[in-house]
Amino acid sequence: MTQTLETARQHLLDPSGLTDSDLDRVLGTLAGPGLDGGDLYFQLARHESWVLEDGIVKEGGYNIEQGVGVRALSGDKTGFAYTDEIAPASLMEAAMTARAIGRDHQDGSVPVRRAAPAHRLYLPVDPLGTLDEQAKIELLQALDAEARGQDPRISQVVVSLAGVHEVVMVLNTEGTLAADIRPLVRMNVHVIAEDREGRREQGSSGGGGRTGYGFFLEKERGLGYAREAARQALLNLDAVDAPAGTMTVVLGSGWPGVLLHEAIGHGLEGDFNRKGTSAFSGRMGQRVAAPGVTVVDDGTLEGRRGSLNVDDEGTPTQSTTLIEDGVLKCFMQDRLNARLMGLAPTGNGRRESYAHLPMPRMTNTYMLAGPHDPAEIIASVDKGLYAVNFGGGQVDITSGKFVFSASEAYLIEGGRITRPVKGATLIGNGPDVLTRVSMVGNDLDLDTGVGTCGKEGQSVPVGVGQPTLRVDGLTVGGTSH
Amino acid sequence: MSETTTPALDEKDLEAIVGQVLDEARRAGATSAEAGASQDAGLSVNVRLGEVETLEYHKDQGIAVTVYMGQRKGTASTSDLKPASLREAAEAACRIARYTAEDPCAGLADAALMARDYPALDLDHPWGLTADEGIDIARACEAAARERDARIVNSEGAGINSFRGTAVYGNTHGFVGGYATTRHALSCSVLAGDDAGNMQRDYWYTVARHRDALEAAEAVGVEAADRALRRLGGRRLSTRRCPVLYSPDVARSVLGHFIGAIRGSTLYRKASFLVDQLGEPIFPEFVHIHEQPHILRALGSAPFDNEGVATQARDLVSGGRLESYALDTYAARKLGMQSTGNAGGLRNLTIDPGPMDFEQLLREMGTGLLVTELIGHGVNMVTGDYSRGAAGFWVENGEIQYPVEEITVAGNLKDMFHNLRAVGSDMDLRGNVRTGSLLIDGLTVAGE
Repeated sequence: MTQTLETARQHLLDPSGLTDSDLDRVLGTLAGPGLDGGDLYFQLARHESWVLEDGIVKEGGYNIEQGVGVRALSGDKTGFAYTDEIAPASLMEAAMTARAIGRDHQDGSVPVRRAAPAHRLYLPVDPLGTLDEQAKIELLQALDAEARGQDPRISQVVVSLAGVHEVVMVLNTEGTLAADIRPLVRMNVHVIAEDREGRREQGSSGGGGRTGYGFFLEKERGLGYAREAARQALLNLDAVDAPAGTMTVVLGSGWPGVLLHEAIGHGLEGDFNRKGTSAFSGRMGQRVAAPGVTVVDDGTLEGRRGSLNVDDEGTPTQSTTLIEDGVLKCFMQDRLNARLMGLAPTGNGRRESYAHLPMPRMTNTYMLAGPHDPAEIIASVDKGLYAVNFGGGQVDITSGKFVFSASEAYLIEGGRITRPVKGATLIGNGPDVLTRVSMVGNDLDLDTGVGTCGKEGQSVPVGVGQPTLRVDGLTVGGTSH
Repeated sequence: MSETTTPALDEKDLEAIVGQVLDEARRAGATSAEAGASQDAGLSVNVRLGEVETLEYHKDQGIAVTVYMGQRKGTASTSDLKPASLREAAEAACRIARYTAEDPCAGLADAALMARDYPALDLDHPWGLTADEGIDIARACEAAARERDARIVNSEGAGINSFRGTAVYGNTHGFVGGYATTRHALSCSVLAGDDAGNMQRDYWYTVARHRDALEAAEAVGVEAADRALRRLGGRRLSTRRCPVLYSPDVARSVLGHFIGAIRGSTLYRKASFLVDQLGEPIFPEFVHIHEQPHILRALGSAPFDNEGVATQARDLVSGGRLESYALDTYAARKLGMQSTGNAGGLRNLTIDPGPMDFEQLLREMGTGLLVTELIGHGVNMVTGDYSRGAAGFWVENGEIQYPVEEITVAGNLKDMFHNLRAVGSDMDLRGNVRTGSLLIDGLTVAGE
């Protein structure tokens, strides 16, 4: 941690000559009697991307974003200002602006800063430098060749590679000092397959994590994305119309865990529950899932896309059991909502950038494994849908209605997987969908590192996971009935 | 309440910055280059249950530079507009361009297409909204919603924001142009509850370039409340095929899919269900869809596109036939066509209203589903397959019967376009897509 702090200081404070006494002065403006405190969030993010299309790497981009966000809190009120100029004068100006939220405008003093405990879930590497430019180009080309090599019907391939090197530092009026260096890499392959009759379909696959680009070379991960994207597109060429109506749905392991993210995850974020606007409000301690269903949000998984050593308020992340054996146990909290609800923060305070306010957000959300063999689960269904790949989802927090859209699915007939069907949206009711889980597989898997969650206009990287699940009664939005 | 004191950059400042970065790009070896710089500042206030919840002061700036070294391309962007950072950005873009491949279609838009004498579109109407004023307006808005009915049991609050931004684009053809725009918005979101403890949330908003064009705060609050109230008691439907009437605010998304399908980048990748449909009937004959980039004060208006190409009013669908794609320079070259001035998207896409208002459309539909909310992303642009979560109302004999929820509507966009029976006169002008209600036959509704 000391070393991370030192590095963060070098990146964020030293170039502008910001000193400890500057920081004390700024924090002091947020520590007066008219406020409940405040915090500073320094961020420097360097981002690069490369895109291959039509067999050539035709685009590359590089972006630098830096700034500091200043938040002042008074009861449940928040004042917020930010500046992209990390310098004593502009920082003080932002602080004076933010603290206008308070009742009076006196300065206060801040306790001696102490470094917050933090995990070491990833190395403080700069992913952009983990491969040289030529090797990045070759990686993209290798995936292109791999996808095209799968089948002559693969007609279009787009491969992208992106990396972020992010350095953050959080200081608050309670004396917390935290820093984190967050690498993040991502690759994606999107293909179009076209058959002789001119029918076209698409497939996509990808992955990533908090590590360097070497991740994509290990275990042929990158090549695996190319094969997977091609497989999906080819499969969809043969897909028939999806069924319409309510039926038994078997969800595959891994990425289909987006179900949990939408159906219950958002509804268990502390802000909605403090305000009483969630369909789960007031349901703590009640049964919201079938016995045997346990769901956690775990920001401490090594190298995962949704993991953080500390959250964006300087709280160490943790593994929080949201639902234990079917009973609602815990909400996910940032500091503001935890304080107002008289609960402890859970390391879920996250923000898209210094220019956005933190709020309770998920990290890696998944369901623990159960006793059933996946084959046994499929064999148990006489007629239903087996959905193994999904696009995005969305939820109405208040009514609890959620959707997630299948991109690879099959009919189950007589306990056997028969034909592939076209993509369709699945819709359900968050507070009761998990009570319909009748079998939980023994094959817990996490997604490959592709998730991005949007809330109130802010995007953050997240992870999901689950074992194979049988859900008795989800509505499938196909066209065939 | 204090305001930020750092002086705003005006058009001239940003022009100078763009000029600097283009010079740096040339110095670093670029054969041509283009850059866009912008600065936005604004205030947003949220009030919940009568009290201030958040007060946010925004100020964002940035520049993006694209360089070409022959036919190789690189881009870089930074939020820091100081000279050293401009040089770094230009150099970073050139560094990247040394590794990207020769692409015969890469490059600036044709010099002949640059906007020369472009119109002033009356888009800049600063409000000078103070925090105290914003708090008063948001409070009035939320109060109107909460006082509407005893069944309004909770609130997500009301928010107002006011932004002013200046953007300048320039390239090494010698084109440089910029203008300032303002955008003011007020929204409200409340929860209705019934005796059984069920809750429904809905919202309403108003947005405009000029504060005088905003709906009254009380009207926004009342509409938000009424929308939440009418959803109480939502039921499911059995699975069926029926006509669907999209209210204007959700009809916008259907036209959004049309835009996605005629965009150059999806066409040249053959990732659109409208590939090779130019000149073909894709809607019924009565349908006229056009782009109107020069409407004064409109939210989508722009005198030139993101490559400096002059925008112009033109038909996209006329007599039901697809007349034009929406192309930027790169896609146009890939397709062997010319830019249509759509780098950065379409501007004020309008589908002409028909003679029937909303009530008449309900009667025209007779029995079917009125959709007022859509969730999820279940649209496959390659095939046109469409499947989205929905909420709305079941309609019989032209009359709303009861609210419905937890259903999906599904079909294929190609069929949905052909099966468009009517466009309402109830135009929603709050965005870049301007449409009335859309009545579409033959969708599958999945439910119980």
